[in-house]
Formats: sequence, structure tokens, C-alpha cells
Amino acid sequence: MESKSSGRRKFLKNSAALIGAAAAGIRPANGRAPDTDMGNNMDMPDLEALIAYGQRSPFVKSKRISVMERMSPDEFGMTFHVLSPIQDSVGMITPSSLHYISTHRGSYVPNIDPQEHRLLIHGMVDRPLIFSVDEIKRFPFVTRPHFLECLGNRAKASHKTAQETHGLTSCSEWTGVPLSLLLKEAGVQSGAAFIVAEGAESVKGATSIPIGKAMDDCLVAYGQNGEALRPQQGFPIRLLVPGFEGMHNVKYLRRIKVVEKDYMTYNDYGHIVPDARVAALTRIIGPKSVITYPSGEQKLSGPGYYEITGLAWSGSGAIRSVEITTDGGQTWKPAELRTPSYPMAHTRFAFPWTWDGKECVIMSRCTDELGTRQPTRAESAKFFNKPDDKDFRAPGADNTVFPWRIAADGSVHNGMA
Amino acid sequence: MAWHKFFVLVAVLSLAQLAKAQSPKYGVGRTPTAEEVRALDISIGPDGKELPPGHGTAAEGVKVFREKECVVCHGGTGSGGPAPTLIKSDGKKKSVYPCLNPCVDDANVMALHAQYATTMWDYINRAMPLNKQGTLKPDEVYSLVAFLLFKNGIIAEDQVMDAQTLPKVKMPNRDHVAPAPEWKHAEPRLAGYP
Repeated sequence: MESKSSGRRKFLKNSAALIGAAAAGIRPANGRAPDTDMGNNMDMPDLEALIAYGQRSPFVKSKRISVMERMSPDEFGMTFHVLSPIQDSVGMITPSSLHYISTHRGSYVPNIDPQEHRLLIHGMVDRPLIFSVDEIKRFPFVTRPHFLECLGNRAKASHKTAQETHGLTSCSEWTGVPLSLLLKEAGVQSGAAFIVAEGAESVKGATSIPIGKAMDDCLVAYGQNGEALRPQQGFPIRLLVPGFEGMHNVKYLRRIKVVEKDYMTYNDYGHIVPDARVAALTRIIGPKSVITYPSGEQKLSGPGYYEITGLAWSGSGAIRSVEITTDGGQTWKPAELRTPSYPMAHTRFAFPWTWDGKECVIMSRCTDELGTRQPTRAESAKFFNKPDDKDFRAPGADNTVFPWRIAADGSVHNGMA
Repeated sequence: MAWHKFFVLVAVLSLAQLAKAQSPKYGVGRTPTAEEVRALDISIGPDGKELPPGHGTAAEGVKVFREKECVVCHGGTGSGGPAPTLIKSDGKKKSVYPCLNPCVDDANVMALHAQYATTMWDYINRAMPLNKQGTLKPDEVYSLVAFLLFKNGIIAEDQVMDAQTLPKVKMPNRDHVAPAPEWKHAEPRLAGYP
């Protein structure tokens, strides 16, 4: 029986040999490929750090990218809009590390000490209150999945991948305190019509939210996917306004002022429009869906069995059903929902399919629990009495049906192009 | 009289009930000091009631625009820099980066697009200049707003902006904005769409 130390020496010797072989690009004498255990890898990361906090396999490369229009970080070092790689997604939860990022205007991600952070509730309340993060955590909490989506999540003909067409949405399991509970603790006065929510980042991003929504299902969240919020998602606390477009979900929440009217902050003003119908479509998201597989720049290896899969969500409730077409919209068939369907959360759908190897156009469309169905671009254009041509821009938060074209060689392309 | 005492009792009980309904349930958190609220409350609503004392004119604003290096990001003429266009330029110069959709094009210059001048005061005060937020004095903010309103043809060059005059400025886009409909639980975002 070997002693521990000789076993360890042998291990180190073998590892060194394998590392040498790998570096020289040759196989060991026994003909087997070098072990791919982390311990034998040239790129061996800090094992203590990995044991303390895990990482994904180095073979998994899925990553976020900046929106085309502006790089993050920009020349000032600020983060603007960053797309989530939804074409690689499985299930309904976005890993926190891959959650899309949007900031007010473009701003720095602040490094906030939770011990120093406070939330102030004031304005039209009987008792202004100030809370530490620890105090917020003493209130009864809830845990719920919710999607977030940026108003800028709009597919263009120039986009190649699902990340580019639909990557400004993500879904996390959030844990936090109902905002209504904190507002009741402060005592909202009659005549209050809006809240102004404000963040602690450098630009102090703020937005106005109707008091009815604030008292309904908003959360002051401190947890994301089983751990603390990530700084890019608002550490130490953020507001969640389920179903409202991303801008309302204020990160680094430091202040809530209860007021008598829409306060028209910079962010509010940024979204004002002359048409009340467009205003309504701007504030609330979806119903919307996108096929994530097969999607742009992926490739089917040949005719045969595949599962078409993707995500569906609505700002007005849970997803009730999803339909798929594989013939460019002539016939629609029901997809299966493969995750529970939660209100204002991504829902994963799938559709078993045998591809015959011919060029085709695939699309998904969803219906939410209010019975509202995702419109096609043609339906949106007709509603607004505009021609359905390539210049048509669906007003408000674009939730129109999106096509992928599968070529005979199995390559997948943007069907708008 | 017995019935009189009864009414007193009812009144006392009702008051107690009322107090209970309005009292905090958990008692977590504390009352902020007036100073704490004052330091944090930078919201300026359309009525301008939170505007601080101070004043400024376009002539003072152009100096501030140079001294505070606004020109570095917004361009010497208030357009054509990496940051949003602030002064209309007959469509010749666009900002390099998009931020929110409206701020890139001439038609969407803040002074022309915002419904209220208070939005400009609030934003400049809270978010400018880059990396030096919160350093502008109220007089400087009033001056910058006056400068931008003047350069976009909304007020006269000598018009003084202060807590009284600024909220009264009739912005060009004031009457061309539709509010979103009242929000109600479990209602479609727009009935009949598509």
C-alpha cells in the first residue's frame, strides 16, 4: 500500500507528464486522450476559489455581448445595454451572470456597501420611514420568478442571432418584500397617485409608477436566484415592477417618494408619446415569445427529429398557451409548456418536430391568461393603419411574432432579412 | 346619562380602531430626520414646488456650460458630441451614441421633447456633470436650463429662471403627450390590440 506522500508524488509526476503531452499536442503512450479533470488542466484555476464559489465548465462559452449601437464598457467606462445569450438558454431561469443589463442613460455599476445603504419612504405618507437593508430583510418576504425586458428589445432585419433580436430580456427567481407592505407601514395618504422610485447609482435613475401598481405586486428585492442580487442587477436592493418595461424596475433602490401626479423624471420623459394607445403599449410588456432553438446562426445537422424550443412571457399575467408554425404561418399547432407558467415570468415551451430537409420558416406565438395573443407584424400594422412593409416599426414595446428561416442546408437565418 | 356615556364609549373605541388601522404593523425602520429627507429628496415635480431658491439667465448659463465642461460631451454648439443633443442644429449634427430613444435626434432635444422645464432642472441637478454629479449649485442649474431654453427658442435671452418662473415655462411639447391609461390589475395593456 502506498503512503499518502508517495501517492501524491506519483500524481504530480503523472500530471506533469500529461501537461507536457497536452502542451506538445501529443497523446500519451497508452493512446488515450489526456484526462480532462480540472486538476490535470493547464488552465487550472485557483482550486480554493473554485471550492469556495463554483464556476461553469471552461468548455461552456456562452456569453453576453453589447448592443450593436454602443459598446459596454463605453469610452467613459460606463455600462449601457448588454444582451443575454438566450439562444443557449435552457429552462426558464437566466443565470445571474448572464442576465441582460440595462442602465439609466449608461452609467457605472456602483459598488455599494449594504451596511451603508438605506431606503427612504417619504412624501404623501403618514410616517416617513428609513430602513437599513437588514431591516428590510426582517419583513415577511416572498419568492417569485419574474422576467425583465427592456423597451429596446426590438428585432431588426440586421440582427443575426436570438441574442441580438431578443436578448434584452431575462428571468430570475427574486426574493424580497412586497412594496405594498412597506408603503402600508408608512401609511399612504389619500390623493397619492404615483410613486417616484430612485436609485443610488451615479445618475440617480428615477421613474414614476402608478400607486395602484405599487400597491399591487411590486417587490423590494434583495435575492436573485438563491443568493444576493448581483451588482449589475441592483445590489443590495432593487425594485421589481412585474410586467412593466425594464426602466421602471429601479436598481440600487434608495428612495420612494409618494406623490400626487406623474413626476416626469428623465426616464419618464424619455418614453412619452403623442398617442395614448402607444403609451399603453410602451408601459407594459408582451405577450411575446421567441424560438431559441433552432435560431439564427445555429445549424441543423440534417433532416430528422428535433425539438423546437423557446421562451414565452407576458407583462399581463401567466402564459396560457404557445403555438408553433413550421410552414411560415399557414398552420399553427400547440406547443407543450415545459415549465410551470408563472405570472410575468418566462415560460419554456417545446414542440417535437421532424424536419424534412426543405427550406421553411418557423415562428412561435403565445397567448396570456387574459386571452391576449401575441400579434404578427401585419396585425400590428393593421391596428395602427400603416402599411406592413419593411419600414413598419411596431409601436410601443415590440411584441410581434418573429420568424426564423431554415435553409435547405440546415443553417438558420433571421426571417425578417 | 347612560346613553351619553355609551356614545363617548363608542367614540373612544372608534378612535382606537382608527388609530390601529393607521399604525404600523411591524414597527421596523425608523423616522428619518428632516435633514436626512432634505439631503435625499432631489425630485422636482412638474409644479416645481421642490425647487430651491436661486436664479439664472441664459447669459450666465453659457458661462457655466463652458466652465463645467459640458462642451466636452455635448459639443461646443450643444450637438454633435458623444452625449445627447441639447441644442437643435437643423438636423446636421447628431449625437454619436444613442441613450434613450428621444435624445439622439434634433426633434427630440430635451428642451423640445420634455413637457415640463422641471424635468430638465431635475435631471441636470441629479445627473450632471458626468462624474461630478451633485456639485452644481442651484444658480448654476437655473442658468443652464435658461441657456438651453433660450438656445432652443423657448424663452427670451434675458428671462430669469427661478422657482416661480421655471415651472410656468410653456414647453413646446406640453400639449402633445398622451398619458398612459390608468393602470388596473389584470387588464390587458391595450384592449383590442392587435
